[in-house]
Amino acid sequence: MTVDTVETATKTPEQSQPWAELGLKADEYERIRDILGRRPTSSELAMYSVMWSEHCSYKSSKVHLRRFGELQQETPVGKLLAGIGENAGVIDVGHGYAVTFKAESHNHPSYVEPYQGAATGVGGIVRDILAMGARPIGVMDSLRFGPLDAPDTARVLPGVVAGVGGYGNCLGLPNIGGEVVFDSTYSGNPLVNALCVGVMRHEDLHLAKASGAGNKVILYGARTGGDGIGGVSVLASETFESSGPAKRPSVQVGDPFMEKLLIECTLELFAAGVVAGIQDLGGAGLSCATSELASAGDGGMHVELDRVPLRDSTLAPEEILMSESQERMMAVVEPADVERFMEICAKWDVQADVIGEVNESGRLTIEWRGETVVDVPPRTVAHEGPVYQRPYERPGWLDELQAAASSSLPRPSSGDELRSTLLRMVASPNLCSRAWVTDQYDRYVLGNTVLAQPEDAGVLRLDDDSGLGIALSVDANGRYAKLDPYAGAQLALAEAYRNVAVTGAKPVAVTDCLNFGSPEDPGVMWQFAEAVRGLADGCQKLGTPVTGGNVSLYNQTGDTAILPTPVVGVLGVLDDVARRIPSGFRTPGHIIYLLGDTADEFGGSEWAHVVHSHLGGLPPAVDLDAERELAEILHSASRDGLVSAAHDVSDGGVAQALVESVLRHGVGARVWVPDGLDPFVFLFSESTARAVVAVPHPEEVRFTGMCEARRFPHTRIGVIDDEGTLEVQGQFSIGFDELRRAHEQTLPSALGE
Amino acid sequence: MTIGVVTFPGSLDDGDAARAVRVAGGDAVRLWHGDADLRGVDAVVLPGGFSYGDYLRCGAIARFAPIMEPLIRAAHGGMPVLGICNGFQVLCEAHLLPGALVRNDHRKFVCRDQRLRIENASTAWTSSYQKDQEIVIPLKNGEGGYVADEATLDRLETDGRVVARYLDVNPNGSYRDIAGVTNERGNVVGLMPHPEHAVEELTGPGTDGLGFFASVLESLVAA
Repeated sequence: MTVDTVETATKTPEQSQPWAELGLKADEYERIRDILGRRPTSSELAMYSVMWSEHCSYKSSKVHLRRFGELQQETPVGKLLAGIGENAGVIDVGHGYAVTFKAESHNHPSYVEPYQGAATGVGGIVRDILAMGARPIGVMDSLRFGPLDAPDTARVLPGVVAGVGGYGNCLGLPNIGGEVVFDSTYSGNPLVNALCVGVMRHEDLHLAKASGAGNKVILYGARTGGDGIGGVSVLASETFESSGPAKRPSVQVGDPFMEKLLIECTLELFAAGVVAGIQDLGGAGLSCATSELASAGDGGMHVELDRVPLRDSTLAPEEILMSESQERMMAVVEPADVERFMEICAKWDVQADVIGEVNESGRLTIEWRGETVVDVPPRTVAHEGPVYQRPYERPGWLDELQAAASSSLPRPSSGDELRSTLLRMVASPNLCSRAWVTDQYDRYVLGNTVLAQPEDAGVLRLDDDSGLGIALSVDANGRYAKLDPYAGAQLALAEAYRNVAVTGAKPVAVTDCLNFGSPEDPGVMWQFAEAVRGLADGCQKLGTPVTGGNVSLYNQTGDTAILPTPVVGVLGVLDDVARRIPSGFRTPGHIIYLLGDTADEFGGSEWAHVVHSHLGGLPPAVDLDAERELAEILHSASRDGLVSAAHDVSDGGVAQALVESVLRHGVGARVWVPDGLDPFVFLFSESTARAVVAVPHPEEVRFTGMCEARRFPHTRIGVIDDEGTLEVQGQFSIGFDELRRAHEQTLPSALGE
Repeated sequence: MTIGVVTFPGSLDDGDAARAVRVAGGDAVRLWHGDADLRGVDAVVLPGGFSYGDYLRCGAIARFAPIMEPLIRAAHGGMPVLGICNGFQVLCEAHLLPGALVRNDHRKFVCRDQRLRIENASTAWTSSYQKDQEIVIPLKNGEGGYVADEATLDRLETDGRVVARYLDVNPNGSYRDIAGVTNERGNVVGLMPHPEHAVEELTGPGTDGLGFFASVLESLVAA
């Protein structure tokens, strides 16, 4: 095997190179030649191609994402200890604790190989959190598939769910919530967004940089193999063509047991104080870790690639640099600490090898069998990649879509019609019970899960003594975003914010996972730009900074893009998790209130989708002031013990919220339609900034007094009983057997018990 | 009273088991798989997880860990040992308990709040329960189907060595709905569901699991 060295590259300037096959554009290839003053070696070309891919470089999204950096870098409860640009943002939550959370997409790999694609998506985000110095303490997954009855969904969904579960369960991380959504646009392009949250003491924060000449660069964890080569460039940054070659070799293969060892080993390394800098190896593997560490540090780095332990000894240097083999980390370690570092790795049976050294050359040089195969300025690889001002334009079809309002759709009016509509809605794929999915996830491990699915948000205890804890929710509504991406992003933010608020937590920070079609389509690029603008404006208004995020583009099949899907995660803080508010009704006699105003809003609604397969008009109005007020009311109510249950009202409206609340513990409820409201609008409208709460009778005066003092709309709509039915007075009544059958049978019948 | 909790590479519920011991009023001592030393503990819990990645067969490699040698000796000598989930699998592999655990009949991992009936309330780990008491504790496993040959099952039934049985649904295809068994002496118990996840109202489906840890602490005091 002849190796393409810097020397040969200099001597053979005209040799043709496979830059196009590696996903580079002609002008990008020219730029690499300009930077180096010669043609790149094949190893350099490999590095640039993966690091300049859309997935790693954010070249199409960067100019828009700057808006997030302009937000105030402070949350309602403290400073950001690390913000956008690090592996994950870090938030001060008090008592000396800090929390870091982030979501990441693994969409294309999960379509090609559902189990491994989803599993390694979880593995990757967990390592991101670990690399900040935090102990990972929980995961969530936001999943989107084609129609439930589509044949390919039966291939993709079970594999993805088993992969998320298989990896997370083996790592011992509770899965505390997420989403499962079905829409035909996700048929050939499912979305698998995994979120991880971790906790650390303030002093444990670690950043990814290689400083200090003479410090050793250590690669530890799994051996490097041929899996996942070009994952970020070939898979994540291109549109799928049905006729193309099979891309399975680009999907990584996960080993959660190795990752579990890596977590425990890394946390022990942190505790021993032997880590000067650290980076996880994910997308773009060694290319990313070496160039990012060197670029963020203060000098250069020299790596001897022969020292990388291999699973396959025939790998060429460019393959080693591009491999996305999982469960690997890279640390920068002071020479005096290397021995201790190695001892700790040996204790956990984790292989570790010194593969290089930090120097002051200002270059990243990589040597293979005594010859230099890479000699580049690291910043040009990692941080100074191409930036595109992609053209964007409001798509022409949008006017027509927004004009096709839902107001003309026939509505149910009689009690019988409302009853059958409700049963049809609660059984529909997007509203039915998620137990088939979530029963495959361990929610108990680590012993700190206070709330998990099907609650609105997951709640974890951080500190046994004080009861300090966090709440987390991830949400998106692609149909809303299609009708209006600016509002759609804010609606996702509002829902996640509200889901955190109904637990009694104070929402403090935001992360995102922005899934869109091809950035080369000006209409898609407009959706993206609008969603970012909407999210940034919304965060500004709510005082919740965006602490990090992920962008996934090229989510389309042929010319058909997915619904624009800005997934938003909101983190909240609870001073004492014992005060959390659950979503289920439990105590007969407690009074049911609806908080917030209900308007006739059905654009993009679940009702229009399920009953009429209709998408048109405008999504429900956003009112972030009202969301903030609602959150404060719920926070106060939790502190003062004024409510016994609270459930967010969103997809499917009040009817869905009531059904979920009564089925949780199997009590009943008698509900009446408030004066002046149409029963159908009351039950199914998706107006925002609303929640259903249960108030113990003795607290009713205090509770309503608080709402009045804040001039927040609150309507007495019912009472909890023990009749085992959901009754809407004067309209209909449904027994729990029938309700449960409707709500719980959909996924098991479609996917098998 | 000190109760050791073993950590194998891949153990996941070791922290939870240690917490459960503390909540029940005992002192938890963490034991490392690579040390052939029980550090003077009075009882041992083998926690849930995926020891050694569950490679080869669940519990098959853990059974040969250095810590197992003194543990097996102590168990034969009467020391109380509780194996939960993966720990149960290890105890079967080590032949401290009969039978084996196989992949769930529905082939999926399952996590649910499981109702059980305590059928033997005289083992070291169940004495604080009443016979036939019904409890709810979490169950979570991918390979939790208890199997044994007919003769062994009959003997377990006759000798009263079925410790707990699943109620409502059999979540994993276990023969005769068996959720847990004990050895002849009643000091070694294997249980597929997770009592350590039901020791606090805040984080579990209730506190029904506390009795396992309370039982062993009481029996140790009495001894």
